[in-house]
Amino acid sequence: MTPDPSSPSKDAGDTKSSRRGFMAVAAAGIAGILIAPGVRLIEIAQAAPATGTPSPGASSKVRWGMLIDSTKCASGCTDCVTACNTENGLSGGTKATDSQWIRKIEIKEVRTGKTQSLPMMCQHCAEPPCVDVCPTGASFKRADGIVLVDKHTCIGCRYCMMACPYKARSFVHEPQHNQKSDVPRGMGTVEACTMCVHKVDKGEMPACVSACASAGHEAILFGDLNNPQSDISKRIASYPSRQIRENLNLDTGVRYLGI
Amino acid sequence: MKIELRPLQGTSPGYYLLMGGMALVALVGLAAVWFMEHNGHIVTGMNNQIVWGLPHVFAVFLVVAASGALNVASMASVFGKTDYKPLAPLSGLLAIALLLGGLTVLMLDLGRPDRLIVAMTYYNFKSIFALNIFLYSGFMGFVIVYLWTMMERRMNRFTPVAGLFAFVWRMALTTGTGSIFGFLVARQAYDSALLAPLFIALSFSYGLAVFLLVLMLASNGSGRPLGDALMAKFARLQVIFISAGLYFVTVYYLTNLYFTRHHAFDRFILMDGGIYTLLFWLGPVLLGGVLPLVLLLHPRIGQMRRRIAACAALVVGGGFAQMYVTIIGGQAFPLVIFPGHQVSSSFSDGVINTYSPSLPEWLLGFGGIAIVGIIVMVALKVMGFLPERLDDEAMQHHAAALAAASA
Repeated sequence: MTPDPSSPSKDAGDTKSSRRGFMAVAAAGIAGILIAPGVRLIEIAQAAPATGTPSPGASSKVRWGMLIDSTKCASGCTDCVTACNTENGLSGGTKATDSQWIRKIEIKEVRTGKTQSLPMMCQHCAEPPCVDVCPTGASFKRADGIVLVDKHTCIGCRYCMMACPYKARSFVHEPQHNQKSDVPRGMGTVEACTMCVHKVDKGEMPACVSACASAGHEAILFGDLNNPQSDISKRIASYPSRQIRENLNLDTGVRYLGI
Repeated sequence: MKIELRPLQGTSPGYYLLMGGMALVALVGLAAVWFMEHNGHIVTGMNNQIVWGLPHVFAVFLVVAASGALNVASMASVFGKTDYKPLAPLSGLLAIALLLGGLTVLMLDLGRPDRLIVAMTYYNFKSIFALNIFLYSGFMGFVIVYLWTMMERRMNRFTPVAGLFAFVWRMALTTGTGSIFGFLVARQAYDSALLAPLFIALSFSYGLAVFLLVLMLASNGSGRPLGDALMAKFARLQVIFISAGLYFVTVYYLTNLYFTRHHAFDRFILMDGGIYTLLFWLGPVLLGGVLPLVLLLHPRIGQMRRRIAACAALVVGGGFAQMYVTIIGGQAFPLVIFPGHQVSSSFSDGVINTYSPSLPEWLLGFGGIAIVGIIVMVALKVMGFLPERLDDEAMQHHAAALAAASA
């Protein structure tokens, strides 16, 4: 974020100005408290598309989902992760405080030593525990099955992170700069894979799906689980697929083959 | 002779020194909050694996102790132990103060504490967190009404009803607090209905311990006598509450020992969890459990004030350790996503998560305790919460007067 040229320079640091500064901050704070609810209304009003007819919104006739074929997923390949980071403006860092919306997990069966690699992200459950526990309803599921966080009503309590059976969520620990306009993020709120909802709503594929295809693996299939004619539905109907932690009975939107 | 409740008289330097100290700690705590909110949670020890850290340990302890602090009042109003009646107002006051302190810490650790109004206006009623907001405010309301019926003579006849409501509500409140963890189906450490009664048992113990410490400090500081017989009763009560807490903790781990899928978790906490294992055995079990039990079982315990005070402090210390093990140890144990598999990733899958609390977290936690102290000290000064005398003689007269009144 570039500094506001109209803001006063920092070098005027005598006592008087710092007191004035304090008064200004206090006044701005009080003004903020008084005006903030109004600003929010304006924000909501402007969130509707500026041109053309308003979007019809997500439809419950559709249930977006993914089928991940772990037999096609290459160990060591992180193209889906990189694509996700680029698309959503994530740093790509892997510190414990960095956001990771999608990660590659290497799994090795203890008894047989069989190893597999697969991407793990928000499983977009039909019965999402994160939505159940969210006190304000900021964690919500769209009609088309995509689970999202409303950045305006998330208070940053992190209860959804405690509740997620897949550790799919991250908390924004630091101030964010140079954000993607399609993917707003906010310090002090929780975030996770949005299934690239901004792309899906334009009829495009999620970034990880395209990246996997470009790498020649085609391990991630995206589509409508409600449409029996879709590729994903046909594949799920004809091959044994699994939900991870399926004993929790969450009816995940992301399914896996070959595990 | 009636036992009078009177505000603290005179202005001892000790009172103002303690008050000044508390105010300083509270201010430093607020400064820590400003620092955390300005820089983000990056300046804390918390991360995407240990999402709830030290502030939650303080907050949950204080909230659990709050409901337990009401014990003494409930004993008097609900269970007819009239000996405790003169202490019921202090008990109610402490319950409110502890709850406010705990909630302050909880709220100020939010990623967006500025959105408190959102938490108050948007509710998801399936969330136990949202329900807790009602349980907290309801508890506050019930206890205030209860205090009013006790302290306003004309309202005295409603005290038993108000006391009953407050008691039922405090059970609901602690059930809610335990269920914050109990309802987490995803994690090995939680996902157990047992956490609700466990938290209730712990609340009895923590609440009484805090109550005893405050009672002894306030009585000592203001030169008001406390009788041996009364203290011996409290000591016996503390023994029962510590035992109940230990019982539920034992059953909780025994249950996990029976379920194969939880063996690794039990092994982690009880045997090879490093700091968590150490804290568990030293904290709630040894220093906060067995030791005070042994110390408090002496037949002439009423006269041994230091020992009672030490035991109460041990219970409080053990309680903090218990909360640390439950909250942070529970998150340190890796989430089992692929049972029967070794897993590795860039997001700490399959490894024990590390956490070391940062200074701002400690300051926020202690700030919460200071807020409790300030509320209690101001209230004791301006209103009659503390009985003028509680020596054995006064207590006997009090009991005799009550018996005569009911005859």
